[in-house]
Amino acid sequence: MSAQTETASGGAVAPEAGAEARRRTDVIFRVRELGIVGALGLLILVTALIEPRFVEADSLRNLALNAAIFAILAAGQTLVLVTRNVDLSVSSVLALSAFMAGTLLSDHPSLPIPIVFLLGMGLGAAAGALNGFLVTFGRVPALVVTLGTLYAFRGLAFLWTDGRQVNAETLPDSFLNIGTGTILGIPTLALIALVVVLIVGQYLRDFRSGRELYAIGSSPEAARLAGVRTDRRVLSAFVIAGALAGLGGVLFTARFGTVDATAGNGYEFTVIAAAVVGGVTINGGSGSVYGAAIGAVLLGTITSSLIVLKVDSFWQQAAVGALLITAIAFDRWIGLRLDAALRQRSARRAG
Amino acid sequence: MTLSRATRLTATTAAALALSVFAAACGESKDDNSSSGSSAAASTNSSSSAANPNAEIKKGIKVVQIPKQLGNPYEDIEDNGTKEAITSVGGTFTRKGPTDAGASTQVPIIQSTIQQKPDAIIIAGNDPDAVAPALKQAAQRGIKVVTQDSDVAKDARTLFINQASVQTIGADEVAMLSEQIGGKGDIAILSATANAPNQNSWIEVMKTELKKPEYSGMKLVKVAYGDDDDQKSFQETQGLLSAYPNLKGIISPTTVGISAAARYLSKSPKKGKVALTGLGTPNQMRKFVKDGTVTEFGLWNPADVGYLGGYATAALVSGQITGKEGEKFKAGKLGERTIGKDGEIILGPLTRFNKDNIDDFDF
Amino acid sequence: MPAESRTLAQRLMRWETLILGLIVVAWIVGAGLSGDFLSADSFTTASLDLSEVALMALPMALLVVAAEIDLSVASILALSSACMGELWNSGQTIEIIFLECILIGAACGAVNGFLVTRLGLPSLAVTIGTLSLFRGLAFVVIGDQSVTDFPSTWTDRAFGNFGSTAIPNTMVLFGVLAVIFAVLLHGTGFGRKIFAIGANEEAARFSGVRVKRIKFWLFVLSGAVAGLAGVVISLRNSTAAANVGTGFELTVVTAVVLGGVSIFGGKGSLGGVILALVLLGSINKALTLSDSISSYWIQIVTGTLLIGSVLVPNLAVRAREARAHNFHGRRQWPWRTRVDTSRPQEESA
Repeated sequence: MSAQTETASGGAVAPEAGAEARRRTDVIFRVRELGIVGALGLLILVTALIEPRFVEADSLRNLALNAAIFAILAAGQTLVLVTRNVDLSVSSVLALSAFMAGTLLSDHPSLPIPIVFLLGMGLGAAAGALNGFLVTFGRVPALVVTLGTLYAFRGLAFLWTDGRQVNAETLPDSFLNIGTGTILGIPTLALIALVVVLIVGQYLRDFRSGRELYAIGSSPEAARLAGVRTDRRVLSAFVIAGALAGLGGVLFTARFGTVDATAGNGYEFTVIAAAVVGGVTINGGSGSVYGAAIGAVLLGTITSSLIVLKVDSFWQQAAVGALLITAIAFDRWIGLRLDAALRQRSARRAG
Repeated sequence: MTLSRATRLTATTAAALALSVFAAACGESKDDNSSSGSSAAASTNSSSSAANPNAEIKKGIKVVQIPKQLGNPYEDIEDNGTKEAITSVGGTFTRKGPTDAGASTQVPIIQSTIQQKPDAIIIAGNDPDAVAPALKQAAQRGIKVVTQDSDVAKDARTLFINQASVQTIGADEVAMLSEQIGGKGDIAILSATANAPNQNSWIEVMKTELKKPEYSGMKLVKVAYGDDDDQKSFQETQGLLSAYPNLKGIISPTTVGISAAARYLSKSPKKGKVALTGLGTPNQMRKFVKDGTVTEFGLWNPADVGYLGGYATAALVSGQITGKEGEKFKAGKLGERTIGKDGEIILGPLTRFNKDNIDDFDF
Repeated sequence: MPAESRTLAQRLMRWETLILGLIVVAWIVGAGLSGDFLSADSFTTASLDLSEVALMALPMALLVVAAEIDLSVASILALSSACMGELWNSGQTIEIIFLECILIGAACGAVNGFLVTRLGLPSLAVTIGTLSLFRGLAFVVIGDQSVTDFPSTWTDRAFGNFGSTAIPNTMVLFGVLAVIFAVLLHGTGFGRKIFAIGANEEAARFSGVRVKRIKFWLFVLSGAVAGLAGVVISLRNSTAAANVGTGFELTVVTAVVLGGVSIFGGKGSLGGVILALVLLGSINKALTLSDSISSYWIQIVTGTLLIGSVLVPNLAVRAREARAHNFHGRRQWPWRTRVDTSRPQEESA
C-alpha cells in the first residue's frame, strides 16, 4: 500500500484525491455550519416578526447569557465526540468546580479571581484526565467511563457540599459582575465564551494535533497505523473537555451566585444535543467547534423564543429532541453522500 | 443450552396465566371511585386512649424529620428549631431528606425510616397524596405522624404545625404587593413546585383575594414554578419579565424563589420598575432591601415553627395530646398551645420585613 | 462448537460468581452498618424502590446484547405516566388505561426502532434525541400537574406485598417477566439471533438473520416495558406526573453493564443482570439505613462499580497478554497497538 495521506475524513486515498477530498469535506463542513447559522437566523427572524421585543437589547442579552456556558461546554464536548468518544460527566465536573469556586471565594474574598479560574479549570482537567486514562489505558468504553464518573463526581459533590450551598451574598461583587456584567454592551460571559470557542476552534482546525483528532474519530486503526499517537490525543481531548467544564463551573457560580450540589443537573444531554445539532457526529470524525457553539446558541434561542411567544415552555424540550433527531438524520444523509463521492473518486483513480 | 420446546411452552404459558390472574379485576373508573381512603390502614385520627395532659414527656423519644429537600436554607433553620425542642426534652433527633422536591422522592426515605422504628416522623410534604400510603403504613406500625410547614392528606397524619393560617399568608402577600404597586397592574406568582400543598393553598387564597373590589386593578397573568431550585427560579423570573413586558409585580411565596428573583431583578433594567415581594429570610434578602430591589416582604420565624413542631410531637408521643380539637400542651418557650380544627396548630401572624427593621433579625 | 460454548458459559459463570461475591460483601457491610439491614422489611422496600429500573433492565439487556442502546426509557416511562394521569382524568376505566399506556410505550419504541433500523441512525444519538422528545411530550400532555387520586385497590396492590409474604407485588410482576425474558434470550432461536447480531452484525445478516426486523422489535419491546413501568410507578407512588423517573435510564444501563453484558454486544446473561440489580439494591439499602455513612456514597460506589466492572477484566486480560509477550522476548507495554507493523510478523502465541 502506498503512503497514506491524512485527510480530514480519514480513509486511505492517494495524495491528490486526498487534497480534493479535503476541499470537498471543508465545503461540506461550511455548508453544515451555514445551515445551522441559517436555521438560527430564520428562527430569530420569524420570532422577531411575531414579537418585535425579541430583538430588543435586553432580550438578546439574556439569550447570549443563557447560551454562553453551554457554548463553552459544547466546545469541549466536540473534541471528545470527534474522536468517537463521549463525555457524560460534564455536568458533575461543572458542579464540583462551581462549588469549589464558590466556597473558595466565600471563605477568602480577597483571593485573586484569575486564581479561582485556574483552580476551577485545574480541577476540571484532573477529572478529564481520569476519564481519559480510563478510556485510553484502561480500554473501557467512554460511555461506561463517563457514566460512572457522572455518578461518582456528582456523589462527591453532594458529599462535599453536605447539604450546604454557596450564597450569592457571600461572594465578592467583582466576581459576580463577570457573570452578570457587560463590556461595551455585550455580556462579559458571552465574550469569554467567544474567546474560548475561537481558541478551541482554531486548535482543532490549524494545529496538527487537533486535526489528528478527526483522523482518530474516522478510523482509529488507520490513524494508529499512520503514526498518530491515538492514546495521547484522546487523553488530551478529555483533559481539555474537563478543563472547559471546570471553566463552565466557575462561570456558573459567577452567573447564578447560589450554588449547591445539584448545579448543572441534566446539562450533559443538552451539551451533547448542542454539539450534534451543530454538526458534530456522534460516530466521530467530523464537526467543528463553531458548529457546536452555534448549536448551543440555537438551543438557547429556541427556549427564549418560546418564552417570548408565550408558547408553553413545555414544548421546548420536545422541540429540542425533534431538532436533535433531524440533525442526526441530516448528518447521516450527508455522510452517505460524502462516502459515495469519495468512493467514486477512488474508483475513478484506480480504474 | 436449548430448553426443550415443551418446557419452553409450559414456562411461557404459566407466566402468562400468572400475569392474567394478577390483572384480573372488575373495571374501575374515576366515577366509580368514591373516596380514596384505604380500608386496611388504621385511621391516624382516631384515638384509642384519651389524652392525659398531665402525662410526663417520655424520656429518650426517637424522632426522624423529613424535610421537603436537603440544602434549603429555610428548612435548615426550621429543622434546627425542631432539633432544639427534641433535644431539650431528652430525645434523639435524626434528619433525612431527598435531594430534590419532586412529588414522590420522600417515599423511599419514609420506608427506610419505618424500618428503624422511631417514635415519630415529622414531615414537610412534597405532595399531599404521594406520601400518604407510606405514612399510613408508618401509622399502622405505631409511629406517630406529624406534618410541619407543608401538610399531607388529613387521614395520613395526626397533627399539622402551620406557620400562620393559610388565609393570613395569602391575604397579607396580596396586600403587600398592592401597596407597592398602587393597586394596579399585571402581576405574577413565582411559586415552588407545582405539587407543594402549602404553596397551592396560599395561591388559592391569593386568587380569591384578588377578586375583592380593592384589588380590581390587579390582574394575575401567570403562575410560574421555580421548583425551589435556585437556577430554575432565576430563569423563570427572566422568562416572566421577557414574556410580560407590562408586569408590575411578582409575589414569590418561597424563600428560594424570592432570593433568586431578587438576584436577577437587581441586575436587570427592570429593577425598581417591577415590585417583588413574598416570603423570604432576612439574611438572604438584606442586600436587596438595602439596594432598593425589594421594598417589603414577610415571613415568620422558621425556627419557631420547628420548635413548636418538636414539642407538639413530644407531647403526642407521650400521650399528653391525641390530636383532637381543643387539647392543650406546653411548648417550652412558646408557652401553652391549643390544637385547632383537623389537628392543626398555628404559630402566629406574619412578620413584615423592610429597611427599617431588617437589621434586627439574624436568620 | 461445544468447546466454545463451554468457555463462554465458563466466562459467564465467573462473572456471576463475582457479582454474587460482591452481594455477599455488601450484605456483610450492610449488616455491620445497621442492625435493621438483614430483614424482610429491607428486602421489601429495597426491591420496591427498584421495581421500575428492574423491569426496564430486562429489555435493555437484550438491546445491549444486540449492540444497541435505548437511553429514552425513562422518558417513555414519564410519557406513559403523564398519559395515565390525563386518561384517568377523562374518566376511562383504569384497566383499559393500563393497556393504552403500554401501547403508547410500544409506539415510542417503534419510533426509536424506525429511526435506528430504517434511517440507519446510531442508537446512542437517536435515543438522546427521543429522551428529550418523549419527556417534552410528557410535559405537553400533563403540564406541571400531577394526578394522585387513583383507585386504592390498585395503588394498594402496587405498593403492597404478595399475600402475606414479604415479596412486593411488583417483584412478582418482575419475576414473571424475568422468566419470560430469560427464556427468550437464552432458550429460543430468537435469543440466539440476538447474540449473533451483537457478536457480528454483518455475519449475522449474511447468515440470513433479519437484523433490522429483530432490532426494530427489540426497541418496541423496550418501549412497551417502559410504558408498563410508567403505569407501575404511577400506581406505586399514587402520583402520575411528567417529572417521574428522571435519571432512571442511567441506572438501567448501569445494571445491565454491571451484570456482565458487554457494551459492544454479543455477550451477557440475564442472570447476571438480575444479580446486578440485587447488588445495586443492596448497596442502596445499606447506605440509606446507615446513620454513620452518608447516603451520598451510594452514587460514588455505583459509579466506581460500573467502571470497575469493565476495567478489572480488561486489566486482567492485559496482564495475561503482557506475560505472553514477555515470554516471547518482546518487551511491549500491553496497551500499545496489537498489530506491530514495525517488525516482521512473527509467530504469535
